Amino acid sequence: MADLRSNFVGIKSPNPFWLASAPPTDKEVNVRRAFQAGWGGVVWKTLGSEGPPVVNVNGPRYGVVYGADRRVLGINNIELITDRPLEVNLREIKSVKRDYPDRALIISLMVPCDEESWKAILKQIEDTGADGVELNFGCPHGMAERGMGSAVGQVPEYIEMVTRWVKQYSRMPCIVKLTPNITDVRKPAEAAKRGGADAVSLINTVNSITSVDLDLFAPQPTIDGKGSHGGYCGPAVKPIALNMVAEIARNSATAGLPISGIGGVTTWRDAAEFMALGAGNVQVCTAAMTYGFKVVQEMISGLREFLDEKQISMSDLIGRATPNVTDWQYLNLNYTTKAQIDQDLCIKCGRCYAACEDTSHQAIAMGPGRVFEVKDDECVACNLCVDVCPVENCITMRELAVGEMDARTGRPVQPYANWTTHPNNPMSRAAE
Amino acid sequence: MTNSQLTPGVAAGRLTSHAYSSNFADVAPPLDDNEARIAADRCYFCYDAPCVTACPTSIDIPLFIRQIATGTPDAAAMTILHQNILGGICARVCPTENLCEGSCVRETSEGKPVQIGALQRYATDHLMDEGDHPFSRGAPTGKRIAVVGAGPAGLSAAHRLAAKGHEVVLFDARPKAGGLNEYGIASYKAVGDFAAREVDWLLGIGGITLETGRSLGAGMSLEGLRKEFDAVFLGIGLQGVNALRAEGEDRGNVLDAVDFIRDLRQTSDLSSLPVGRDVVVIGGGMTAVDAAVQARLLGAQNVTIVYRRGQERMGASRHEQDHATSSGVRIICNAAPLRVHGNGTVREVEFMQMQDGPDGLTDTGERFRLPADQLLRAIGQRLHDAPAGLELTGGKIAVDANGRSSLPGVWAGGDCAAGGDDLTVTAVAEGRDAAEDIHAQLMGADHG
Repeated sequence: MADLRSNFVGIKSPNPFWLASAPPTDKEVNVRRAFQAGWGGVVWKTLGSEGPPVVNVNGPRYGVVYGADRRVLGINNIELITDRPLEVNLREIKSVKRDYPDRALIISLMVPCDEESWKAILKQIEDTGADGVELNFGCPHGMAERGMGSAVGQVPEYIEMVTRWVKQYSRMPCIVKLTPNITDVRKPAEAAKRGGADAVSLINTVNSITSVDLDLFAPQPTIDGKGSHGGYCGPAVKPIALNMVAEIARNSATAGLPISGIGGVTTWRDAAEFMALGAGNVQVCTAAMTYGFKVVQEMISGLREFLDEKQISMSDLIGRATPNVTDWQYLNLNYTTKAQIDQDLCIKCGRCYAACEDTSHQAIAMGPGRVFEVKDDECVACNLCVDVCPVENCITMRELAVGEMDARTGRPVQPYANWTTHPNNPMSRAAE
Repeated sequence: MTNSQLTPGVAAGRLTSHAYSSNFADVAPPLDDNEARIAADRCYFCYDAPCVTACPTSIDIPLFIRQIATGTPDAAAMTILHQNILGGICARVCPTENLCEGSCVRETSEGKPVQIGALQRYATDHLMDEGDHPFSRGAPTGKRIAVVGAGPAGLSAAHRLAAKGHEVVLFDARPKAGGLNEYGIASYKAVGDFAAREVDWLLGIGGITLETGRSLGAGMSLEGLRKEFDAVFLGIGLQGVNALRAEGEDRGNVLDAVDFIRDLRQTSDLSSLPVGRDVVVIGGGMTAVDAAVQARLLGAQNVTIVYRRGQERMGASRHEQDHATSSGVRIICNAAPLRVHGNGTVREVEFMQMQDGPDGLTDTGERFRLPADQLLRAIGQRLHDAPAGLELTGGKIAVDANGRSSLPGVWAGGDCAAGGDDLTVTAVAEGRDAAEDIHAQLMGADHG
């Protein structure tokens, strides 16, 4: 059976599933329940400087985007860092870590952007027994207005500076948590690496307004008739997160920098995808907030089964897909597929036809008896029919072999060639 | 109450008052908001959807379900009602498993169709509960049209004609409008006096004068109507009940199932209705099932439906058959009544065991008897005393695709007209389409 024990920048945990720094990890009672349920690690909800703690709103702090059947696709929050006194959090962290020495316990930190503040907090957390720190340079709401969170994460120089302080004043492994609310995620990751970070974690939440209350004409969640942008997370942001993880993993300047993958991990499959793109472990929040801590048990059994079926170890999985992430210009423009519809599986809903006829390439014919068939001479293999078909594997893409006739172009399929050498590419011509 | 289910013979008050009210409660309770949202989310919004094709009134089902899913049930109701003004009753009585739900692609993929009927009820109930009639009439045309029969076909025609700006006089022989909706379906399918409420709501469009107690042949003739009105629509249904042609059929406690159902629908006190301890229903259609199930619910101890052909030939849908058997009704197929035994009233019915073969239905010579102190006939109805001058086909009024009869200016639809499948929803479609044709002809003549 696959071994899920994880060693992430020297931090050991029985499995690679950590709870992200977020509302579920704010208190001892939550974290104990998480560990009892089987989570491998917890990043404790972000601590701030000593003194009067921050305050939260007393109205709704979450907004939601639903799919069918009120399935939670995304949650947005305007909750700030912990609003409990620092000493209470430190006492609880110590207590939990003492009882769960085999689990990873990381402390998330966010203090003002000056050396003294960081030096002070690092000293205060030293004897909790925690395994590492995560620098919260990501939260896009509230704290960013005070020059912290994503306000730091959006300035690579600040990231580098603070990371350097942290490495200077602490022996703990240091994970820098990145915000997605930037144009090029490679820059902050490079800055973290320059500052000496042991790893980066991403993504933090995405700036968002989840919905507008059409009675109040105000964003949701609504506080006394007003709303503020919040941080979006959950399955809806996973594609954004996957891309950012891949960008850092394949960037030569940051290649090899450990990554903790965050963003909509809901099942073992999501976790495996993050890991395949280069994440050494994953962090989860929304799935736990939606279904409770027990979801980790499916993640553990699922990842194990997957690794067993593939007969690979977890280290084989990590980064296995990274080399296959490339630039568009290197994609094989001669690679040709055609949609094909399995008539035995087809339930005759016609969604492929509507999608193709109305919005794509008019490559599906609708015959008597609602028989839907692909017109090979029109099909550009865009995949939209596959995407909208409600039956898995009913429509698939058949790869044409090199030399096989493409009915659409009337020419045989050619061997690999990409845009860099394509005759229509002016740069290609200039190079000749 | 001294009677019970064991009381021999035909007796009223076999049950407690609580049993009556729970037995005759809504057979398919309405979806609440959450159930409706969940059910609506299952619709795939098919292209040229098979459910629409299967609906005799061609309701745009994917559209109305999407409107429910997005929290606009009144818009959903309008999508339904534009096509089928009696969408409320149809949501309750349509054999959806043979129509829209039977063709739902999720039936194909999972054996669990989208609950189209229940969703249709959700939407139409929502709109009707607001009270106002949502349609308004077009500019007055000055045309007057007689609609004879205020059943589904007549109501549908009347409403569409009124909407076009015509003046409609709606005649019905019975004290109340509604036709079979009011008199001919099981009461647990339309609780809360729904059929009557729907008629009142429908008449809310205005321009329709309802005259009850008026029928052809009783001081009113088709010839007279043709002279008095610009057009006539006949939706007179089927008044005659087919005979069993079994010896002894004239004995006491041998009834027509349609009368049994009518009395049950119209009573204000179910405990006053007499029902046999052993009830036999002859027939295989919806009427047979409605009568048999309700006999059980009234407290009959043994209720048996006997149908002369195989089960697969029964007119009642599989869903209806299952409802009957789960209500404790026994279904015997391949048997036809031979004699009704008894001394004054029925005591036993003797049956021939039949065989459906290449030579048609034949008597195998086998015999059996069922005890019966009440025998209900449900072997179909026929057009009775069709107005003179109308061409008939198969015993019904011959009509073309637009509902035109052989007489100029006379249209017909619903059960009395040839074609169709004698469903409420078909009658609604025929009434609607005839109204459109009447309008086109009357107005076309004006402009032409």
